[in-house]
Amino acid sequence: MGQVTGKGAESQMGGGWCPRGGRSGPASSLALPLGPCVQTLLRKLQSLVEVPGRLRRWAAPGADPARALHCYARARAVLRHYRHLPSFRAIEDESHAIMADLAQRLRARLRDDTLDPKELTECVEMLLQLEEPPEELCEEFLSHAGARLETELAALEAELPPADPSGAAATPPPASDILDFVDRGSSAFVGNLCLLAASYRSLFEGCPGVGDGRLEAFAAALTARYFELLERRLALERGLGDTSLLVRALDRFHRRLRALLELLPTAGAEAGAALVARAAGERVARYLRALQTFFLGCLGDVRQALAAPRPPGKEGPGLPDLLATLASSVLGQLKAVLAYVQLFTAKDVAFASLPYFKGEFCVEAVREGLVVAFVRWLCRTARGFADSPAERGAPAAPPALLLLLARLCLDYEATTISYILTLTDEQFPPEDTGPAVTPGPALCAEARGAAQRLLDHYVQVQGAAVAQMLRKSVETRDWLGTVEPRNVRAVMKRVVEDITAIDVQVGQLFEEGVRRAQSSDSSRRAFSVYSSSRAPGRYAPSYTPSAPMDTHLLSNIQKLFSERIDIFSPVEFNKVSVLTGIIKISLKTLLECVRLRTLGRFGLQQVQVDGHYLQLYLWRFAADERVVQGLLDEVAASAAHRCLDPVPMEHSVVELICERG
Amino acid sequence: MEDDAPVIYGLEFQARALTPQTAETDAIRFLVGTQSLRYDNQIHIIDFDDENNIINKNVLLHQVGEIWHISASPADKGVLATCYNKTSDSKVMTCAAVWRMPKELESGSHESPDDSSSNTQTLELLCHLDNTAHGNMACVMWEPMGDGKKIISLADNNILLWDLQESSAKAVLSSSAALEGKGQLKFTSGRWSPHHNCTQIATANDTTVRGWDTRSMRQIYCIENAHGQLVRDLDFNPNKQYYLASCGDDCKVKFWDTRNVTEPVKTLEEHSHWVWNVRYNHSHDQLILTGSSDSRVILSNMVSISSEPFGHMVDDDELSDQEDQHQEEKIFVYRPFRIKEPLQDSVIATYEEHEDSVYAVEWSSADPWLFASLSYDGRLVINRVPRALKYHILL
Repeated sequence: MGQVTGKGAESQMGGGWCPRGGRSGPASSLALPLGPCVQTLLRKLQSLVEVPGRLRRWAAPGADPARALHCYARARAVLRHYRHLPSFRAIEDESHAIMADLAQRLRARLRDDTLDPKELTECVEMLLQLEEPPEELCEEFLSHAGARLETELAALEAELPPADPSGAAATPPPASDILDFVDRGSSAFVGNLCLLAASYRSLFEGCPGVGDGRLEAFAAALTARYFELLERRLALERGLGDTSLLVRALDRFHRRLRALLELLPTAGAEAGAALVARAAGERVARYLRALQTFFLGCLGDVRQALAAPRPPGKEGPGLPDLLATLASSVLGQLKAVLAYVQLFTAKDVAFASLPYFKGEFCVEAVREGLVVAFVRWLCRTARGFADSPAERGAPAAPPALLLLLARLCLDYEATTISYILTLTDEQFPPEDTGPAVTPGPALCAEARGAAQRLLDHYVQVQGAAVAQMLRKSVETRDWLGTVEPRNVRAVMKRVVEDITAIDVQVGQLFEEGVRRAQSSDSSRRAFSVYSSSRAPGRYAPSYTPSAPMDTHLLSNIQKLFSERIDIFSPVEFNKVSVLTGIIKISLKTLLECVRLRTLGRFGLQQVQVDGHYLQLYLWRFAADERVVQGLLDEVAASAAHRCLDPVPMEHSVVELICERG
Repeated sequence: MEDDAPVIYGLEFQARALTPQTAETDAIRFLVGTQSLRYDNQIHIIDFDDENNIINKNVLLHQVGEIWHISASPADKGVLATCYNKTSDSKVMTCAAVWRMPKELESGSHESPDDSSSNTQTLELLCHLDNTAHGNMACVMWEPMGDGKKIISLADNNILLWDLQESSAKAVLSSSAALEGKGQLKFTSGRWSPHHNCTQIATANDTTVRGWDTRSMRQIYCIENAHGQLVRDLDFNPNKQYYLASCGDDCKVKFWDTRNVTEPVKTLEEHSHWVWNVRYNHSHDQLILTGSSDSRVILSNMVSISSEPFGHMVDDDELSDQEDQHQEEKIFVYRPFRIKEPLQDSVIATYEEHEDSVYAVEWSSADPWLFASLSYDGRLVINRVPRALKYHILL
């Protein structure tokens, strides 16, 4: 470099008189009288002569190389100009040697790892002033700064457990929280990167030979590593921890990144934003899992409460209480989760203004990924209790749980879902042009489907339980050799008790429902008097049966006019419909079982007594008493048909026995 | 295209027992046994004239008691076995016997229906299956495709294997097995597998299905809790060994691979009450017939687990036919009656001609597209597989 400038100076020399030299040249040979001009000149010459000494002094190790440089820079042009004069050349050579030495030392220093960025910048700056090749310096600068940044990254990495692609190994909780980590990362790494970028810019701006994009590539590689580290750190956030901490950490990260991006627009803006989005998405997904766990926990509590043995006379918590607790705690938890998630979109959070957080996050991550996914999962889980093959393997869900879940799903369909969705849309307003969302009605339909399945299953389970009692009682009895009936069989009382209990259970959660208008002949049964009474022990006293004979014919004629009764069929969401379903299943079982037996006269009479007893107590539970009546008529007809000696009992006696029972 | 209307025949008595005349492969003939406690019971020989769509009947008296189960010899058209109730001294006993019908009725002599009541004929008793030591007979099974000399009966908890000797005049108990366990175990039904040289049977008791080897009389597999409630009936896939269908009081029909008894291969839940009967079609085992006390008969098409995965392949072709014009044309040329709906497992038809519980359904032994169902009120209905499906399977 020196040579190049030297040549230029020589050509200038050859080209003509240099004005500066002209002023100083002749003055040196004159002694007096000295005007102020000459004095200045002399001072200048003097200082020129002193240059090597000064340089030596300042350039000495530990002295002030900046002043040396300053001095050298001022003297250099003159010295170069007058190189042809031996005395000047000597000065120049000496200065040159000193400065070369300085450059040597500076370069050596450049390789020193302990240099802080400021020193480094100074050092490089001085070297540039010494006209060292900028390309080389740029390389040195970046590699030195790179090494320094690497050590910072390494310090961050040291906090992380070794990368484990399987993720299976249990890692100890990180030593510091995420905010701390991001703080250190951003103050040390990102801050230094910013400084570096700034000094790089000021150092090498306009330098020829320093290729464009070198800094950018350098920074991009480093930030990519930083992102990777941060990602790994974020992955350690296993639990839910403190979301506000995470949000603040991400916010700080994002702000720092933005500052960096102003300097280096290509340092990975997308990657940074994506990282924040991923972290937020991951957190939301974790909340979904937490909600699911919470719900299962609540369900466990409910099951326990249902199964808990109760001291006699002491009522456990009623189903409505359990349902209310379950529903409100789940809803409360969901709201709390939404509040936490909302931190990600708070106004004071810088990244909330990213397009992702304005649109996609609200719709896809929160509404669809959290709220809708949770409701769907809830419906599926509830439905699972009805769909799982209960008879093989896992213990079946208690009927009360089925009922409770059915009601829960139904409530979701009626109000909860629309409430949750409205709440979500308020807190996370979707953009008009956003991606399509699951409409509320579709979710409601799912909830209703689940509720229907659960309630149907409840009817089947309860019906089967009653039916099983009836079947065993018919199968195991000797109907041929039985004695004249004196009592209603105990199993019938048990059936009525059980159905009454079921009625109470269903009544806790479901509305009464509509009963079919009573047929004209029901007036003589005086049913209306007791229609609202649920207390056992009361019954319609004046039931007059259809003629005991010809029941078969009668029921056949009746069949012509009545529609087919589906036994296991979907029920409506009310108590009457549920009870009707259970009664139908029970009575149809009784019918089929009686048809498989052969009865003696007293056997038939026992069936008669039992049937009358059932009629007395069951009609009030059913939607249409004619269904009960019809099925019981068929039972009676079948019994009569299966009887070897069909002599029915006097009806008054039947009534008497039932009343006594 | 229009399907033929069902043909309905009414018996005067209630009835549960129905069987095709197994040895008859030309004429469509079913046997129905009645249940009456007060009158002489009957066996109705129902001849179905496919061309004229009419029924001819012959009635045989079965005076020993009401019939709970009936089965026909696979070798001799005239021989059949019944399980019947015998009532004496306020005790009911279900017995079993092998009978021969009059020679002229074997192939259904066509008399006019009017005078049938006047000249009813009686069955000739060949032999009793002595069950005094074994309990009530639930059913009698003939060795499938056998020479009509081997039968198995289920009596309470016993499996009894009989040899019929001296032209069925004598039944010799050749071996037996008893099901031991807690409580009163009772077989409800059983089927004899046509596979493995007819050395296996399956039985149902309560909710359990068991397989037995008839040579060793030992249990070979056991499907515990095959159904949530009582198992009512079984049937073997005639073309696919190890495949077994079961049905029961949980309103379900389940299909099993007996090599893996932990889970059913498929489950059907179409009936709204107990399923009393399940029958594979003898030729096209994707056709499954079920009868239920919801008074319905359902014909299902279980292609996916049948021995004719053909339907599947054609189905695949149809799905991808856009890209294969040639195939499409071929289908059009050769299959004039194309079924619109995809050939998945599906319910083909629900038959609602019955008004009371259907306790028996049977395919005809002569015409694979025809079946009969019997409800408790004595109504016998003869139906056909929808023509569209028939052509779809055939072409």
